Amino acid sequence: MRGGAGGIQLFSMRFLLLFSRQGKLRLQKWFTALSDRDKKKIIRDVMQMVLVRPPKSCNFLQWRDLKIVYRRYASLYFCCGLEQGDNELITLELLHRYVELLDQYFGNVCELDIIFNFEKAYFILDEFIIGGEVQETSKASVAKSMEEADSLQETMEEYLNKPTY
Amino acid sequence: MTPSVRLQEMIRVIRSARTQGEERGIIQRECADIRSQFRQGDNGERSHSLAKLLYVHMLGYPAHFGQMECVRLIASPRYSEKRIGYLGAMMLLDEKQDASLLITNSIKNDLSHSSQYVQSLALCTLACMGSAEMCRDLAPEIERLLRASHSYIKKKATLCAVHIIRKVPELAELFTPSARTLLSEKNHGVLHGAVVLITELCERNPDTLVQFRKAVPELVQIMKGLVTSSYSPEHNVAGISDPFLQVRILRLLRILGHNNDTASDAMNDLLAQVATNTDSSKTAGSAVLYETVLTIMDINSESGLRVLAVNILGRFLLNNDRNIRYISMTSLQKIVQTDHNAVQRHRGTIVDCLKDQDTSVKRRALELSLALVSAVNIRSMMKELLIFLSVCPPELRSQTASGIFNAAERYSPSKRWHIDTILHVLTTAGGDVRDETVPNLIQLITTASELHCYTVHKLYRALIKDIAQQSLVQVACWCIGEYGDLLLKGECEEIEPVQVTEDDILDALETVLQSHMSSPATRGFALTATMKLSTRITDNVDRIRSIVSIYGSCIDLELQQRAVEYNALFKKYDHMRAAVLERMPVMDKNSPGHTNGDTSGEIKEPDTSKPKPVEAGLLSEPASQVCDLLDLLGGTDTPLQPSPAPTSTPTTTSSADLLDLLGGLEIKPVPTVSVYEKNGLSLKIQCDKQTETEVTVTLIASNSTQNDITNFTLQAAVPKSVQLQMKAPSGNVIPAHGLGQVTQTVLLNNPNKVSLKMRIRVAYSNQGAMHQDTVQIDSFPSAACQPSFSPL
Repeated sequence: MRGGAGGIQLFSMRFLLLFSRQGKLRLQKWFTALSDRDKKKIIRDVMQMVLVRPPKSCNFLQWRDLKIVYRRYASLYFCCGLEQGDNELITLELLHRYVELLDQYFGNVCELDIIFNFEKAYFILDEFIIGGEVQETSKASVAKSMEEADSLQETMEEYLNKPTY
Repeated sequence: MTPSVRLQEMIRVIRSARTQGEERGIIQRECADIRSQFRQGDNGERSHSLAKLLYVHMLGYPAHFGQMECVRLIASPRYSEKRIGYLGAMMLLDEKQDASLLITNSIKNDLSHSSQYVQSLALCTLACMGSAEMCRDLAPEIERLLRASHSYIKKKATLCAVHIIRKVPELAELFTPSARTLLSEKNHGVLHGAVVLITELCERNPDTLVQFRKAVPELVQIMKGLVTSSYSPEHNVAGISDPFLQVRILRLLRILGHNNDTASDAMNDLLAQVATNTDSSKTAGSAVLYETVLTIMDINSESGLRVLAVNILGRFLLNNDRNIRYISMTSLQKIVQTDHNAVQRHRGTIVDCLKDQDTSVKRRALELSLALVSAVNIRSMMKELLIFLSVCPPELRSQTASGIFNAAERYSPSKRWHIDTILHVLTTAGGDVRDETVPNLIQLITTASELHCYTVHKLYRALIKDIAQQSLVQVACWCIGEYGDLLLKGECEEIEPVQVTEDDILDALETVLQSHMSSPATRGFALTATMKLSTRITDNVDRIRSIVSIYGSCIDLELQQRAVEYNALFKKYDHMRAAVLERMPVMDKNSPGHTNGDTSGEIKEPDTSKPKPVEAGLLSEPASQVCDLLDLLGGTDTPLQPSPAPTSTPTTTSSADLLDLLGGLEIKPVPTVSVYEKNGLSLKIQCDKQTETEVTVTLIASNSTQNDITNFTLQAAVPKSVQLQMKAPSGNVIPAHGLGQVTQTVLLNNPNKVSLKMRIRVAYSNQGAMHQDTVQIDSFPSAACQPSFSPL
């Protein structure tokens, strides 16, 4: 379980996907550089694998050289691709933490919130995870950061009064 | 004003599309709109447009025309625009795109921005999609931020540094000094980032690893603080204080303690403490315990601690949560070789997991169970595995079957058990076994000679029940062909007696031959088996004859060839049929023909190799006749085994002209004694003593009649203790008028030094009439080799 040189990461997340039960992608975060075609293929394959799992199955799968950790929350599947050395159980906690953050932000979050405010879902994710690693383990901190950042978003007036460049 | 309102309107419209085509139309319109917005320049709409574009991109439509807009928006002073611009950069501008370099300058500027939220955007984006070049450019900035700033930025800068190191490993030394000091931070976010950074540095550089070993006590302290701390609402998850941080620290400790006694000692107590005190009722606690177990197993821990770790895994096996059972088995798989006995203790639970509903769990349980099979538990384990085979999902079948075969081969307590097990697998999952199973099983059956009766009965019963499993049918046909006589006997000690008639057997074989489920190879087996039965049954030989002749016109080339040759065996070479179709000797597992599933090493077995009964008959026939002759010689009761003689004679595949084979034999200038003279045929022998026990006898036949003698064959018989080896005759035509001779050499080995006798039978045709006669040679004096003889 050793990492090597040349960008081989044995302890980290490769991607995070959110998709609905009908196979519609709601969020995608990639932590390695891949071509669009590769990304689409991975999404298709992983979705196919996860969507056929019966309820109450084990939340861990082996796919190619990756571990897939997924969990279903209402109508959305939260899914991660991990390297072999990773701890699946803590990843489950990670996914759960993200759901809690979304819930805190939107108040009783549901899939529609994520559809219509996808950019916010990304902003929240970026306050929680950077480069595939957790950056903040305190829920309250993340919530506070989001609030403050949101407050910086300009009103229309402020918008037009600021110089262009 | 947030981008959301306009965006949401568009999303609503897109979602209301009823068909894919309608959606495409809407998207096209929107994209056209977005493009014109981009061209217009600043009107307060740009961030909305980009947001819409990003949504369209997520649906899978092309969005590359937005890349430049991202660059422009990132450079904007407005936070909303920067925010969406950076998001766009992360989604559209990966390092493969050329445009990504254009934002390097903006990022650099934003890294020193007065607002930490702008700094944060830059850091986040760099850590997400920064190329090696960008990383090299901006590394000094990041390093500065690591040291100076406020914890909000520090934690992000740390993870950005991790990304930089992954992209440009040489830059690791830049960050090493700061990394150490970060460990004294109180902020959990920064601490977590620091641990990740140190892990990355140690992974990449063994020297750095040595350096950071000194930090083990500090890490142990931090961990202890987390484990023993009172409830802190900010970081608490299900009673565990900051499980994310705990897991990362444990992982770093694992790397630092690996192969190093000092470091391992320093963390021993801590690991014991964590292992015992962590509450594993929820996932968070189990995650920490799991990481602890992995660490204990990977460092030089004392044996007590290792036992503790394996016990934790054992406890996990009993957990209700399927996930925990799964990861427990994954870990046990890793240590099953090194800590075999410890894992064996949990065998019962592991075997129970075979019955779990979930395929992932089943797969892990199967691998682990196969690793735990040993000579001691083979019977009970095999029972469980066979039950599993009958109910397991199809994707696991062939793995299970081959695992069972391997285990049976290594640990089977008895031959009968081994055969039973293989039969069971073939009946349950015959379609999923590998090809070499059939010859392996046949070889196994031949070696278990005391079980032939039992085996053939079992196989027969399996055959009449179901002929769909090809491997089973093939083995069954072979056995019935070979041991059909035992089947007819009806009784067998280990199986309840069932009366089987000859018609029953032939019915079964015919069903296989005619069924469309049978593969061509299977039908080949069945046809040969039918043929073999012609020497083992008494009443229905005609039925066999008719079956065989029908297949003489079969479309399948292999079957046709076999049928035609078997027909020949019935008609022209009927006298050789019994010899050709005799019981096979035990096959050697590593004989050359064996590994290909092809028993061509044995010329007597016409089964899987192309049979040439004509040539084979010439060489092997003497053997059976030997037995008849021996009976006459004094009631010696030899079993129906061919003497070694014919099988070692060179297999001839050429036609009847065998003149060349005797080329190497020298005819020694010893006196020739005439032993037989009748009807113009005279037979002389020469003998030469090779060693104390070996004698070479050359038989020379000549013809003084007016007509050629054709189909001339010689057979010889000797007393039981003497070994006879007949070489191929020089020919079977003796020209008339003494113009030519036929010679045949016989090698005798007389280890017990009994008095040598030999009986010779001659058979030939002359002028269309068949002749046969016998000569007995009573003594071969050892000194002069002068035989005395008495014609019969």
